Amino acid sequence: MENLGLLADGLAAALTPVNLLYAAVGVLLGTFVGVLPGIGPAMAIALLLPVTFGLEPTQAFIMFAGLYYGGMYGGSTTSILLNTPGESASVMTALEGNLMARAGRGAQALATAAIGSFVAGTIGTLLVAMFAPALADVAVEIGAPSYFALMVLALVMTTTVLGASPLRGFLSLFVGLTIGLVGLDLNTGQPRLTFGVTQLTDRLDIVVVAVGIFALGEALWVAAHLRRKPARVVPVGQPWLGRDDWRRSWKPWLRGTAYGFPFGALPAGGAELPTFLSYVTERRLARRTRRGAKGREAALRTDEFGKGAIEGVAGPEAANNASAAGMLVPMLALGLPVTATASVMLSALQGYGIQPGPQLMTDHADMVWTLLASLLVGNLLLLVLNLPLAPLWAKLLRIPRPQLYAGIIFFACLGAYATNLDPFDIGLLLLFGLLGLAMRRFGLPVLPLILGVILGPLMETKLREALTISGGDPAILWSEPLAIAIYAVLLLVLASRPLLSRWRARAEAQTVDGTDDDTDGRADGDGERAAAGTEGDQR
Amino acid sequence: MSTQVEPPVAGPQSTPRVDRAQYGLAAVLLVVGAYTVYDAMTLEVGFADPVGPRVFPVVIGTGLVVTAVWLAVATARGSRPEPEAGEDVDLTSPTDRTTVLKLVAVVLLTIATVSWLGWALAGALLFAGAAWALGSRTLIRDVLVGLVLAVGSWYGFVVGLGIPLTPGVLDGIL
Repeated sequence: MENLGLLADGLAAALTPVNLLYAAVGVLLGTFVGVLPGIGPAMAIALLLPVTFGLEPTQAFIMFAGLYYGGMYGGSTTSILLNTPGESASVMTALEGNLMARAGRGAQALATAAIGSFVAGTIGTLLVAMFAPALADVAVEIGAPSYFALMVLALVMTTTVLGASPLRGFLSLFVGLTIGLVGLDLNTGQPRLTFGVTQLTDRLDIVVVAVGIFALGEALWVAAHLRRKPARVVPVGQPWLGRDDWRRSWKPWLRGTAYGFPFGALPAGGAELPTFLSYVTERRLARRTRRGAKGREAALRTDEFGKGAIEGVAGPEAANNASAAGMLVPMLALGLPVTATASVMLSALQGYGIQPGPQLMTDHADMVWTLLASLLVGNLLLLVLNLPLAPLWAKLLRIPRPQLYAGIIFFACLGAYATNLDPFDIGLLLLFGLLGLAMRRFGLPVLPLILGVILGPLMETKLREALTISGGDPAILWSEPLAIAIYAVLLLVLASRPLLSRWRARAEAQTVDGTDDDTDGRADGDGERAAAGTEGDQR
Repeated sequence: MSTQVEPPVAGPQSTPRVDRAQYGLAAVLLVVGAYTVYDAMTLEVGFADPVGPRVFPVVIGTGLVVTAVWLAVATARGSRPEPEAGEDVDLTSPTDRTTVLKLVAVVLLTIATVSWLGWALAGALLFAGAAWALGSRTLIRDVLVGLVLAVGSWYGFVVGLGIPLTPGVLDGIL
């Protein structure tokens, strides 16, 4: 209950007219940027970070909250209306959402996505307010060895569990850790990897790295393979839900939330797995309900899955937003980013001189509570603003591609230049843009790199802290029960990885088959499974 | 940095070819890793710091070297990357290097001129140049849109956010 009181204080701070204005501007800007094809939430926040430079930390946070949920919602609009998900978390929404849009039910798809996001985001944020402080209380007691172990866990999990190729994950991770090395060594003040360039001694600005890899890298990659024929946008009217749609949507919203939140809070969780699980669950349940009503024979294809089922949009969208809220638990309580978006937000914190870590909730409590309250406010504003504005957002999808990507490059350079007003930073941006291009070309995942840049220096600090206490004896690294437990979990996960990937391949084969028109939902033969596998590879 | 992409494998019967560009990537990463280790060796180790400034870079550099070698071996065995798909990405088309080089040239031009021209003009040039590189043929409209964006963002940052972007040659006019 004490938490609710603090949240109320946060709400009071967030609800001044000026702050509401910042939240609204954040939601609109976030949705605007998120709707643009090719831009996910992480990139939206990275691109818009410079806008918050001139603000007070509290106001900047309020704007972030708006940007965050706005960017997420914008992404799902794109995937429903274009059927080309910009990121892995929207794949499941695109599946049924675009079918709905083509069947003339785009308005309902957008509405269930918006309301589902609101429900999941609100429940998720309240859960964060419950759990994060309790976890932070424990986290303050965590010693350097355990914190080090936690970071190792986060890095190894994101590198090996996500993505198709652990080799490419590790490559990306080590490149990120190398980027994190650049600058003065914190203890001895000696320059490392600076090539004698003075601008590099102050460490690389994470904004420049993130914008370079996310925004400029994406623009260059698209430039190298620009689709000459723009994708077809399905026209859409005012979003609304009929009584039947409400009845079919509310349970998937809640189930999606239940999947999304815990996965979001885990390292290497993210939104990919819960959205997928939610989709599979809704499909199975839809089949079972029909089966009960009309008997086994009719059960084969009477549900709407594969033709645009509203449950298939409501569930994954809620899961997506709930995991976005869940991600805040490790970020706020432990200072540990587990997704690219969290990394970018944490780096923004560093820009205000706030060190991420377990102290965050105790040292900057008022700010954290304002952020949580702003998330609630931003979520509500999102619903209020975006339901009426949806047809307008849909128009954005028709911006000619040369001007669209020219605009992205323009704002990326502006952001890099505005950090220090030094053209050198635009040069760095270009360098990281080319790195981002190469990563997309060579299939290197972006998340391990970004986490490496952020967590690398933090890991080094904790490692040196621990070993200074022990006088150089490495045994201190596994001297705490928590550290031992974390390493045990790590070994367990690594050992079960082959099992996990087999299970996922099987489940995915089912999904892909289910969306084909002629096959029943089960993948029986190995041939089918292999075919589904290759389809997944091309995604 | 080579960015050639072969078209995706057409069917199960086409033999997987070795992606030679990956050798290039492995070589670059090998050099970066080796340099990281070398750079660490030039550091002085302080007192009362059992880890010192060297350990971390040495571990990371070694890790990079090992994964680079791993990549080279995997490449030789036929491991191929999975290029990232996207809304506006057509992976069946060959890599358009000219467009990428044009864009790089446009950004380099911005770096060279921004201090002198100021953001309002350099930014407009950047937008128009990038749109042109990406295939837009409405040059006058692009320049106008670029000017509006650049002048607008200059005022937004200087007046709205208090970040003094350079006015450049337009000093006194803006």
